[in-house]
Amino acid sequence: MRKSTNQKAWWLVAPVLLLVAFNAFIPLMTVVNYSLQETFGDNVFFWEGVGWFEKVLRSERFHDSMLRQLLFTGMIIAIEVPLGIAVALSMPRKGPWVSVCLVLMALPLLIPWNVVGAMWNIFALPDIGLLGYSLNSMGFDYDFTQQPVSAWMTTVVMDVWHWTSLIVLLCYAGLCSIPDAYYQAARIDGASGWAVFRYIQLPKMKRVLTIAILLRFMDSFMIYTEPFVLTGGGPGNTTTFLSIDLVKIALGQFDLGPAAAMSLIYFLVVLLICWVFYTVMMRNEEQ
Amino acid sequence: MSRIEFKDVRHAYPPAAGQAPVYALKEVSQVWEDGGAYALLGPSGCGKTTLLNIISGLLTPSEGSILFDDREVTQLPTTERHIAQVFQFPVVYDTMTVFDNLAFPLRNRGMPEPRVRERVAEIAAMLDLSDRLQQRAAGLTADGKQKISLGRGLVREDVNAILFDEPLTVIDPHLKWQLRSKLKELHQQIGVTMIYVTHDQVEALTFADQVVVMHDGAVVQVGSPIDLFNKPKHTFVGYFIGSPGMNVLPCKLEQGQPVFANNLLSSGYPVDTDLSGKLEIGIRPEFVSFCDDGIPVQIEKVEDLGRYQVVTVKHEAEQIKMLVGEDQAIPSISPQIEFDPGNLRIYCDDWAVEPQNA
Amino acid sequence: MAIELRNVSFRVGAETHIYETSLSLEPGQFNILLGTTLSGKTSLMRLMAGLEKPSSGTLWANGEEVTGVAVQKRSVAMVYQAFINYPSFSVYDNIASPLKVAGLPKNEVDARVREFADLLQLTPMLGRLPNELSGGQQQRTALARALVKGAELVLLDEPLANLDYKLREELRDELPKMFADTGATVVYATSEPLEALMLGGYTATLNEGRVIQFGKTSSIYRHPENLESARVFSDPPVNIAAIEKRGDTAYLNNSVSWNVPPELATMPDGHYKIGLRPHHLSPDGAGVEVEGEVQIAEISGSESIVRVIVEGNNWVSEAHGIHSYEFGQSVSFFFDSSRCMYFDANEMLIDTQR
Repeated sequence: MRKSTNQKAWWLVAPVLLLVAFNAFIPLMTVVNYSLQETFGDNVFFWEGVGWFEKVLRSERFHDSMLRQLLFTGMIIAIEVPLGIAVALSMPRKGPWVSVCLVLMALPLLIPWNVVGAMWNIFALPDIGLLGYSLNSMGFDYDFTQQPVSAWMTTVVMDVWHWTSLIVLLCYAGLCSIPDAYYQAARIDGASGWAVFRYIQLPKMKRVLTIAILLRFMDSFMIYTEPFVLTGGGPGNTTTFLSIDLVKIALGQFDLGPAAAMSLIYFLVVLLICWVFYTVMMRNEEQ
Repeated sequence: MSRIEFKDVRHAYPPAAGQAPVYALKEVSQVWEDGGAYALLGPSGCGKTTLLNIISGLLTPSEGSILFDDREVTQLPTTERHIAQVFQFPVVYDTMTVFDNLAFPLRNRGMPEPRVRERVAEIAAMLDLSDRLQQRAAGLTADGKQKISLGRGLVREDVNAILFDEPLTVIDPHLKWQLRSKLKELHQQIGVTMIYVTHDQVEALTFADQVVVMHDGAVVQVGSPIDLFNKPKHTFVGYFIGSPGMNVLPCKLEQGQPVFANNLLSSGYPVDTDLSGKLEIGIRPEFVSFCDDGIPVQIEKVEDLGRYQVVTVKHEAEQIKMLVGEDQAIPSISPQIEFDPGNLRIYCDDWAVEPQNA
Repeated sequence: MAIELRNVSFRVGAETHIYETSLSLEPGQFNILLGTTLSGKTSLMRLMAGLEKPSSGTLWANGEEVTGVAVQKRSVAMVYQAFINYPSFSVYDNIASPLKVAGLPKNEVDARVREFADLLQLTPMLGRLPNELSGGQQQRTALARALVKGAELVLLDEPLANLDYKLREELRDELPKMFADTGATVVYATSEPLEALMLGGYTATLNEGRVIQFGKTSSIYRHPENLESARVFSDPPVNIAAIEKRGDTAYLNNSVSWNVPPELATMPDGHYKIGLRPHHLSPDGAGVEVEGEVQIAEISGSESIVRVIVEGNNWVSEAHGIHSYEFGQSVSFFFDSSRCMYFDANEMLIDTQR
C-alpha cells in the first residue's frame, strides 16, 4: 500500500531532531574535530591531520585492547546464543507457567548495569562473597582481583547471566509464531526431535536470531559499566576492554587527540560490522 | 491399509474450573471401511476436525476406543498409527527442495536411499511434480505446496489412511477442481482409505463414496451422495445439502397423510397417525412446480441464475423456494404450486418418518 | 451517492493495476465487481473510497470532484474479506465506534447501535469480544459497523469468502435487503459468477485491470459484449471453440456442422468463435452431436459436471442426473445450436436475436 506523504509530520519530528543534534551530532563532530588536532590545553589547537589515527592504529596498547575486546565478544556470543536457544526451546508455550517463566527471564534485564557489576563484585569476592568463598572452599584457587583468568571468567559469567535472557525472549517470540500444524505434520512424518529443531524451529527463528546476535555484538563491543565496576579493568589491564581503555586515555590522561581518534576508529568498526550483518539479513529476506 | 472403527467415542475439551465439560463430539460409533473414500461434512464447529485428529492420534478422546483392524490403538501415538494428514495450510519444510520434502518421511524411517529415490520419483509423477523436484519448496505456489504435503503422505508405503482437513482452503478458486479431480484419481489408483473433512458440499459430494454429515458434535447421517440428496434422514441434512436447501414446512397429519395449508398432500407412503411432536414436511426446490390447481402463493422474488431460476414464493407466513427451468414462464396471475409426492418426506422432531410397511 | 469515475487509471511503479476506465454508479444501486483474484477489484474499490489516489483521471461524487479528498472526509464505509473488528472492543463498542468518532450524543449512539444489532441478529452478543464470536458473527459485526455510519457509499470486498458455504448463502440472501432501505450505493466485489447472479443489481466484469462491461447483471450474463466478458461471467468456464463459417453453415470439423442464425449468415465467410455455456451441453438430449473425451466426472447433488476434450478444447458439461464415466472414455454430447453465442475475429459478440 502506498502511503501518501504527510508534510506536517516534519514539524512533529523537529524537536527530536534538535535534541539528537544537540546530544549526539554536535558532540560527535566535536570528537572528529579533536581527532584531527593537537592541544596542550587553554583551548589552543594545532592541526595534526591524520597523525593521531596513524599513531593509534600503530600503538600496541590499542591492538591489545582491541584483541581483548574481540575475544570477549566472541566468547560471550559463543556461549549466550546456544544457551539462549536451548532455554527458549525448553520454556512452555501454553499454560499457567508461561507468565512465570517470562517474568523470571526478564528480571536480569531490568537491573541497572552498575548494580549488576556491584552485585557480582561482592558475590565473587574470594573471602566474603558467596561464590568466591564457595569456590575457594571447594579447593579451587579463585581470586578475581588478582588472577587474570578468574577475572575473565567472572566477567564472562556475569555477562552471560545478565544478557542471555534477551536472546531467550527473542527466540521464544520466534518460536511462538510457528503454527501447530508444523509440529503435527512433523509427528506424522516421524521426524526426530533433532529434525524438528533443524528443519522447523531453526529456520523460523533465523530472522530473530540475526537481530539477537547483532544486538549482543554491538552491546558487548561497547561494554563499559559492568566490567568497570566488577574489576576496574584489572588485574592490571587484563580486563581492560576498548571502552574502558578509551575512557582511561581520554579522561585519565586527558589525551584528547588520541582518545578522539580511537573512539572514531572504534565507531567505524562497529558500523562496518553492523552494515555487514544488515546486508546479510536483507539478502536472506529477499530469498 | 486397514479398517478403522470408532466405538462410543466422545470427546470433551478440558473445561474451565468449576464448569461442566462441553462435548465437542457426542457419541460417535462409526466404521470406516478399508479403501473407502469418505467425506466428513458439516458447518464450522460441528466437531469434524476433532474427529479427524482423534483418528490420526493428535488428540486422545476422553471416552471410547478406536480400533484399526480390530486392534486397539486409542493410546497409540501418531507415529505408530501409520496415518498421513494434509492440513488446511500447506506444511512444507522451507529449507529443503521438493525432492527432500517428499523423501523426508522415508528417510526418517531408515529406508535405503536407492529405494527412496524410486518411491519419490513414482509419487512425483502421480502429482505432476517431476519437473520441479530440484526446486526449493518455499518457492512453489499454494497448490504446489499442498501437493507436496499430499505427496509426503502418499510416499509412505505403510499408510493406513490419508486424512484431509479442508485442504483446498488456500487454493485459488479456479484451480480447486483440478486438485479435487487429482485426489479422486489418486484414490482410484492407490485405493487407500481417504477421509476428507469439509464444509463445502460440492467438495464432499464430488470426492466421496460415502458422506458422513455432522451437526453439533453428532453424526446425523451416513450415505452415498445420491441417498443424502434424495432421502435426507434429518432436516439438517436436507437443509445443508443442495443449493438452495430443502424447504421445511410445518404440517399436520390426517389419516396418515400430510396436510399443508389445508391441502391434502400425497406423500407416496402411509405413516402412523399417532405421531406426536413437531411435524414437518420436507420438499426440495427441484420438486416444487407451478400448476393450475394447487396451493395459492404470492411471488416474492425471481433470481435468474443462468441455468435455472430460483423463485421465492410465499404462502401466508411460509416461504418456499422453487427451481424453475431457464426458459420457463412464471405465471403472473394467481400462481399456484404443487409438490411432487414421490419426493416429499415427513419429519417428526427433525427426524425422517419412515414408511410403515417398509 | 452518485459516483463517477472519469478516465481513471492506477499505476504502482511500473505495473498498471487499473487501465483507463470510466464508470458511473447511480445512488441506491447495488453494484457488483466480478473478476478473478488479481483482476483489480480491490484496487478499484480503494480508488472509489479515496484510500488511493488515481494516477490519472478524476473522481466525482454527487456532481462534485473529490479526487484528492481524504477518505476521512468522504461518506464511505468498507467491509473486508478478513473479519476486521477492534479486538479489544466489545461488539457494542465496535458498532458504536464510527458514531462516537462523529461525536453523536450518547442516547442517539445507543439507539442506532441497537437498531443495527437487531437487524443483523447480534443483540444477544453485544457484550462479547470479537474473538469469542464465530466467523459469521464477526463478519456481521463488521457489517453492522459499516451500516450504522449511514455512509452513502458502502464497499464490500469479498466479505463472504471466508465463511461456511451455507452461511454464505444465508447472508447473501439478506445483504441486498439490508442495504435496500438505506439508499446507499453499494459496491460488492466477488470472484464467483453465481454470487453475482444471485445478488442481481448491476455488474461490472473485470479482467487484468480492465473493466470489460458494465450493466444490469442478467443482461451482462445473457449478452456478453465480448468473449472476455463471457469468460469472466462463467463458472464452470464457458465452452469455446473455433468454427469456420461457409454460407449459412458453421463447421466445427468436417463431420459436425449446423445452420447459423441469419445475422451471422450475412457476414463474410471465415473463422469465428462460439461460446457455449456448460449447462447447454448435455450427454442426453438432442441437437448437434459432438464427441468428447472424458477427463473427470464430478457429482454435485443431483447433477453431474463432466469435463471433456472436444476438438482439442477443454469443455465442460453441466447436466441433470448422475453420470459416471471412466477417464478417457469417449462420450457423445449434444447441444442446441440456437444457444450458441457467436464471436467475430475481434472476439466481439455478434448479436443474434434469441
